[in-house]
Amino acid sequence: MKVELQNITKSFDKKTNTIDNMNLTIEDGEFVALLGPSGCGKTTTMLMIAGIYKPNEGAIYFDGEKVNDLEPKDREIGMVFQSYALYPHMTVLNNIAFPLKQQKVPKKERLERAKEAAEMVQLGHLLNRKPSELSGGQQQRVALARAIVKRPKLLLLDEPMSNLDASLRIEMRAEISRLQKKLGITTILITHDQEEAMTLADRIALMKDGRIVQFDTPMNLYNEPDNVYVAKFIGTPPMNLVEGKIMYNKLQIDKQTYPMDKSRFHLEHGKEVILGMRPYDIQLGWTEEIRFLGKIELLESIGHSKIIHANVFGKRLQLFAKQDFQAEIGAEVRFSVQPAAIHLFDKKTGKSLRKAAPYGDEMFVKDAALQ
Amino acid sequence: MKTVINKWKLPAVMLGPFLILIFLFFFVPVILTGILAFTNMDSAMNWEFNRLLNFEKLFSDPDISLILRNTLLYVLFTLCINVFFGLTLALLTTYFMKKEQFSLLFRTIWMLPRMTPPVIYALLWIWFFDPSEYGLLNGIRSLFGLPPVNIIGTEPMLIIILANGVIGASFGMIIFSSAIKSIPEDLFYAANIDGAPHWSIIKDIIMPAIRWPFMFVTLWQLLSLLTSYEYILLITNGGPLNESEVLALYSYHKAFQSFEFGYGAAISLVLVVIALVCTLILWKLFKVKDMIGPSRID
Ligand SMILES: Nc1ncnc2c1ncn2[C@@H]1O[C@H](COP(=O)(O)OP(=O)(O)OP(=O)(O)O)[C@@H](O)[C@H]1O
Ligand SMILES: [Mg+2]
Repeated sequence: MKVELQNITKSFDKKTNTIDNMNLTIEDGEFVALLGPSGCGKTTTMLMIAGIYKPNEGAIYFDGEKVNDLEPKDREIGMVFQSYALYPHMTVLNNIAFPLKQQKVPKKERLERAKEAAEMVQLGHLLNRKPSELSGGQQQRVALARAIVKRPKLLLLDEPMSNLDASLRIEMRAEISRLQKKLGITTILITHDQEEAMTLADRIALMKDGRIVQFDTPMNLYNEPDNVYVAKFIGTPPMNLVEGKIMYNKLQIDKQTYPMDKSRFHLEHGKEVILGMRPYDIQLGWTEEIRFLGKIELLESIGHSKIIHANVFGKRLQLFAKQDFQAEIGAEVRFSVQPAAIHLFDKKTGKSLRKAAPYGDEMFVKDAALQ
Repeated sequence: MKTVINKWKLPAVMLGPFLILIFLFFFVPVILTGILAFTNMDSAMNWEFNRLLNFEKLFSDPDISLILRNTLLYVLFTLCINVFFGLTLALLTTYFMKKEQFSLLFRTIWMLPRMTPPVIYALLWIWFFDPSEYGLLNGIRSLFGLPPVNIIGTEPMLIIILANGVIGASFGMIIFSSAIKSIPEDLFYAANIDGAPHWSIIKDIIMPAIRWPFMFVTLWQLLSLLTSYEYILLITNGGPLNESEVLALYSYHKAFQSFEFGYGAAISLVLVVIALVCTLILWKLFKVKDMIGPSRID
């Protein structure tokens, strides 16, 4: 089912907009992640799509049909809540069968389908337990089974893996991905875990303060962030950001100048900019064109490699080194980066200066990333 | 041995006074009632044990079957009104009416009779149903050219059940409201998405969640209805001709109007036994329910 949000605004207190003029189009069968920090309005957005909250302004379309006034039960959706919201006094089987019971599915078929859904999430052996007798992961799987049992056209998942430990989370992730592919249901997943969003979603809508900052494929978010907020949010460790100024096609940072690729960026003489470099793109040694000399402040071992925290121009940058890299704290370190691997942002608006980037409309991100 | 004493010293000192108070005010009256019930104490205050004479008198009392019937009707119907009306009010103010200001106002209004002195509340009912044309109901009826009626005279049981039912509902309402409000909102959302209509939400989500408060309110109201009679005393005084007399009120009448203290105590003792049996029955019901399935919100 194709889902469209047009100019959606939602306010709880009539003073501030929790969701501010949001536009979002999700194609049929697509898996979309809503990603953003806590309190940015992800759950609110989802509850509006579910029909629990009514938007103050704007319209929601399912397959081109306006559904603003459609009751939740008539929207053909399944939802997993942040809190699971299992019915506490019903057994697992009855929980899963509950939506079918409401649809007046005959008892025999109802129980068969509920069992089938339970098998799908590997819960077949726990059918007669109460939710309070299940682990967090099992409860989440019950919630998932309950959401898919009525074969919804839209699956809404509100942080379905937030309370799982790391290994169970990876297991559940695979399970959700497999189910979504198998059933082909249009799915919206809320998460504040970027790794989860990157691995599962076809496209990610990155949110901030009730707005969508960028809606794109995981790779594009990573490789071509539209603004400095996205650049900072996506990728661990986060992108290194350094302030500088454009001087005749070149970037000046602290009296050093660096050549910039004019074919990639809008370079306006005198403009204050932010240079972005992903830690993975930085090479040790002066092998590439854009070269830095820094002092090692900290050396972290993360198993397969090491992270060097180097001080350059009074800023701390991060880069990777081999596992066996050895150096004294305070020692000098040379590193460099390809011109093709850097990002440039307008310091005032936060917008990417990339030529292909959507340009023009007022951005609100500002120097949010530079505190 | 010494450590045991030390361990109990502080609790004993702290709890001692309360235990004495509990003994004085809770147990002594029960024991006294028990003793008095087997005496012929009267207004002269001299007494002798008369074995089971009081009970023989009670069971051969010509009014006793009417009084027992009244008690049963009164307790049963008032209890139903108390509990189900209280539940309805709680559902109205928490589930159907989501605006907190409105529901608070609404609940406060229902609490008002509880805050007014019983005499005033009873007076209102008497005034409303007064048989003369100055009664509110008859005043309204005369506007439509209808003759005055004496409902307190003809349907005394109805009036005392209504009066007690309405005032007692606020207790259940408050307890049920807070229990309903403690149900996580997400459960209602989930039920909405699953397509559950209102009655199913009430049956499948609200009722299981408030089962314990429900049992508690039922038991509590049952016991207070068995033993309380102040509104009946004030509105009908058991009349006309014992038609709205209940056991608790009868005990009062015998003790403080006929000054047959011994007989009154015997009636009270029967009441205590009835209350105990009812409690035990309900208690058994609770336990059975408990085994069928624990209700938990988590
Ligand atoms: N029912 C409500 N009434 C009033 N304010 C609300 C309500 N629901 C959400 N809000 C507010 O709206 C904002 C967004 O909330 P929302 O639950 O959508 O955040 P979220 O992105 O899901 O966060 P999280 O990751 O912590 O779940 C918050 O500031 C919250 O306080
Ligand atoms: Mg949320």
